[in-house]
Amino acid sequence: MLTLVRQSLVVTLLLAAVLCGAYPILVTGAAQALMPHRANGSPVLVDDRPAGGRVVGSELIGQAFAGAGYFHGRPSAAGENGYDASASGGSNLGPTSRALAESMVARAAALRAENPDWKAPLPPDMVTASASGLDPHISPDGARMQVARVAAARGLPVTTVAALVETHVEGPELALFGGPRVNVLRLNLALDALAGGRAEGN
Amino acid sequence: MTPRDYLQLALFLGILAAVSPPLGRYIHRVLEGGRTWLHPLLGPVERLIYAAAGVDPTRDHTWQRYAACVLGFTLTGFCLTFGVLLFQDVLPLNPQNFPAPSWDLALNTAVSFVTNTNWQAYGGETAMSHLSQTVALTYQNFVSAAVGMAACMAVARGIARAEAQGIGNFWTDLVRATLYVLLPLCVPGALLLAGQGMVQTFAASFTAVTPEGATQTIAVGPVASQVIIKMLGTNGGGFFNANAAHPFENPTAVSNFIQMLAIFLLPSALVFTLGTAVRRPRHAWTVWGVMAGVFLAGVLLTAHFEYRGTPAMAQAGAATTAPSASIAAPGVSPTPASMPASTPPPVPNMEGKEVRFGVFASSLFATITTDASCGAVNAMHDSLTPLGGLVTLLNMQLGEIIFGGVGSGLYGMVLFIILTVFLAGLMVGRTPDYLGKRIEGREVTLAVAALLLPALPLLGFTALAAVGWGPQALANAGAHGFSELLYAYSSASQNNGSAFAGLAANSPAFNLTTAAAMLIGRFGVMLPMLAVAGSLAARRPRPITDASFPVEGATFALLLTAVILIVGALTYLPALSLGPIVEHLQMLEGRLY
Repeated sequence: MLTLVRQSLVVTLLLAAVLCGAYPILVTGAAQALMPHRANGSPVLVDDRPAGGRVVGSELIGQAFAGAGYFHGRPSAAGENGYDASASGGSNLGPTSRALAESMVARAAALRAENPDWKAPLPPDMVTASASGLDPHISPDGARMQVARVAAARGLPVTTVAALVETHVEGPELALFGGPRVNVLRLNLALDALAGGRAEGN
Repeated sequence: MTPRDYLQLALFLGILAAVSPPLGRYIHRVLEGGRTWLHPLLGPVERLIYAAAGVDPTRDHTWQRYAACVLGFTLTGFCLTFGVLLFQDVLPLNPQNFPAPSWDLALNTAVSFVTNTNWQAYGGETAMSHLSQTVALTYQNFVSAAVGMAACMAVARGIARAEAQGIGNFWTDLVRATLYVLLPLCVPGALLLAGQGMVQTFAASFTAVTPEGATQTIAVGPVASQVIIKMLGTNGGGFFNANAAHPFENPTAVSNFIQMLAIFLLPSALVFTLGTAVRRPRHAWTVWGVMAGVFLAGVLLTAHFEYRGTPAMAQAGAATTAPSASIAAPGVSPTPASMPASTPPPVPNMEGKEVRFGVFASSLFATITTDASCGAVNAMHDSLTPLGGLVTLLNMQLGEIIFGGVGSGLYGMVLFIILTVFLAGLMVGRTPDYLGKRIEGREVTLAVAALLLPALPLLGFTALAAVGWGPQALANAGAHGFSELLYAYSSASQNNGSAFAGLAANSPAFNLTTAAAMLIGRFGVMLPMLAVAGSLAARRPRPITDASFPVEGATFALLLTAVILIVGALTYLPALSLGPIVEHLQMLEGRLY
């Protein structure tokens, strides 16, 4: 019995030293040395001052965009107002949920009202909340349906904005993984760069 | 499903089939004390641990001693994790100054992580300090998987050995599995994931000022090092609340594919560890084929139903103007121009899914994570369609043996193999044997005990919760609410750890009952299977002749599949029909709750 207690305690402590001490320190050190930008959350910097960059977000983390001149992301259930990047989560509403059905109808109505030029069916991602509440992407149709509104709000030709959207469509990775999609933050920053001469970079 | 979906599925199974046999042979070799290229580096660490702990690595344990070591080591790890959680507010590495969790939440979490379940009644980024994440939780991610691998190896030895007293040495199995199998996979795996954009830093968060002028606080942390072992160890406990749906915990469709492979990698390889131990590679391929077959059926069904979505989704997307009449304004008939065709074409279910994964990779992940006892999620299972959700429920209820947890999946499958040869023996009137070992009353009794023990808390607590502490915790009403309870206790009893996450599960009643279910699900299967290993090891093998029951080939594969599905269906169909099946019918009728 005493042998068992000693063996359990010593093995636990020594394995903990390897697994909780050496291992995370080794991985953190290597990740910080090899890919500091990604290991630190892929921050996006915008140079709008001579002093240097300002962090406007992470290219992996979605943001709430509300203005007519910006492309909007998906509905979000993260935090109370959505897109809370320290309280991720989905709506967890099920297929027979009245709350879900009603909010989908309300979102569809709002999208139709904001984008009256879009006559095709709404892309499903635009009327549903993502799993994380921080989805940085929308479907290509989710961006295309907003082109006319964004162009009008910015006083840009529709063709210019439409072309910008098409250049921001990311295909399947390695031609196999994931569907085509658009990163909303990158698209909006490119839009800002186009309109106001603000430089995108990181 | 699109051609690209089929291609991704074929690639997934192809890679798994290619790497599992060599990895399985490697695991057999290192657990039996063989040398590897890692020994010059890690051999001194291994010897230091034995010397300091007073372990004689050449000593063999009886099954009773082996089980005692498992329990002693697990209890010690429980105390470590429970202690760190309970005092996280005063311990270091708590940059966000999180308070300590309640005692029942700490107890539930500690039980959850030592049993390889990783049921989480808390949201990671809003509750756990970095010390809790890296010491209390990541440590258990490693060792709970290593304990499973050790127990699985002991069961394999019991089948392979002849007239032996022992089934191996728990301490060497544990230490070798950790140092030579898990660690060497985790270090490059974590860096691979970090290269996809997974964060790995000891900072807590950074702040951004968005183009619209809002402030966004973005939580980060040592994620990659924890995520890789969460997948390889079939643990599933997320760093963030949204788990593998969070962009920092699963940044790209490529990282998603790597993580899915990591979940199945060790459970799949261990099938070939058994095949190597008993020197029957064809038997290993037969068992692997059964697992792959049930897995494939699950993927195709889930993807089918997720692609079809729900009627409410189809209506919302198709409506070309203001709200369609059905929900928002009953009685108002819309003009024909704005009215979609009476049944609009189905649209994919994107509620609770991420655009970068899409419907198929989300369905594939949901099937994998519930087949293996992983429990990580890249889509919210609560928002799956009723029948998509049914597949995930049934996957868990079958006993987490379709690849299953690391180690636990295979010894759980051995349980079903014993039942199958027993039933086949009854049918043809022959004494059952498994690979030359006669299966007697004791083994069948133990196997049935291991089969029934997890079903007791699963069905019992679901029923009690439904009339007791359950209803006020539900996020959804109607049949879906019952599914939330059934999912919670299925997940806990079968050591999966995923959830229909709308359930508010952080209450003393839920924390204590799910903790009990997790303990029964873990040790109610592992201990009887170690006892089976002990009695099989002592038995004298009979030569395998033409008269022996073949445990390889299509006949056996079909029998084994049938036993798994019939036992699962007989036990759980009544409960499933109250949840997802009723809900599916209600959904087709257009009923909402």
